[in-house]
Amino acid sequence: MNLVVFFVVAVVAVASALALVLRRNPIHGALFLVVNLGCVAVLYLLLSAEFLALAQVIIYAGAIMVLFVFAIMVLIPGKEETGPDPLRPQRLLALPLGAVLLLEIALILKSSVFQAAQPVAPPPALPAGAGGIETVGRLLLRDYLFPFEVTSVLLLAALVGVLALAKRKAG
Amino acid sequence: MVPESYYTALSAILFTIGVVGVLVRRNPLVIFMSIELMLNAANLALVAFGHRFGAADAQVLAFFVMTVAAAEVAVGLAIIVTIFRLRRRLSVDELSIMRW
Repeated sequence: MNLVVFFVVAVVAVASALALVLRRNPIHGALFLVVNLGCVAVLYLLLSAEFLALAQVIIYAGAIMVLFVFAIMVLIPGKEETGPDPLRPQRLLALPLGAVLLLEIALILKSSVFQAAQPVAPPPALPAGAGGIETVGRLLLRDYLFPFEVTSVLLLAALVGVLALAKRKAG
Repeated sequence: MVPESYYTALSAILFTIGVVGVLVRRNPLVIFMSIELMLNAANLALVAFGHRFGAADAQVLAFFVMTVAAAEVAVGLAIIVTIFRLRRRLSVDELSIMRW
């Protein structure tokens, strides 16, 4: 059952990712990216990471993608990529390069270095509720409290930076 | 039960699609979205490994990646809007002022 769900979701995820890259219109790309992010959220659920699935839907599919759609609407792009492409040979070169990258990743995943990192014993069974909000919340606010607080400083810095960038010069 | 290697394979495919998107497209917004795709693929691999080793720490790490991605998108979009205001066009091929 899980396997069927995984394959259906995986196919949709890959198809929407391809559509994001291939569609000319960036607004279509943004909507396909939302589909892709939703698929990844379902995969998180399959991996029993409920908190992350929720965060994925709220932060990514909610906040970040709304920001993207806003930017696309404001900037009215979509005419940039219709003209002739002066760098077409370079762009075509990207496809074999991508294939080489995929091959490299597959080789690394198959290599002995990576296999040696496998757990010797069978993985400990997750305690009940692991991956749930309770476990992750405990980890976030106890073991990873300092990085968690540093994150708030990062977000504040991003906020101030965006305001400084977006402000029109007076006069 | 889905083997974790399936998740890593899917994440590798998604990551490669993101890399190709960054290399092929000319619109900076689409390039940004491809970067988001790559970050998501990395997160997926992270959570899959955490599942295999029975550690919930991976989820915390993935959560931090999400936060950094949110900050990055906000700043990046502000930069793109500023560039658009200055030049009225939006193509990465034309942004060569800082190239020496």
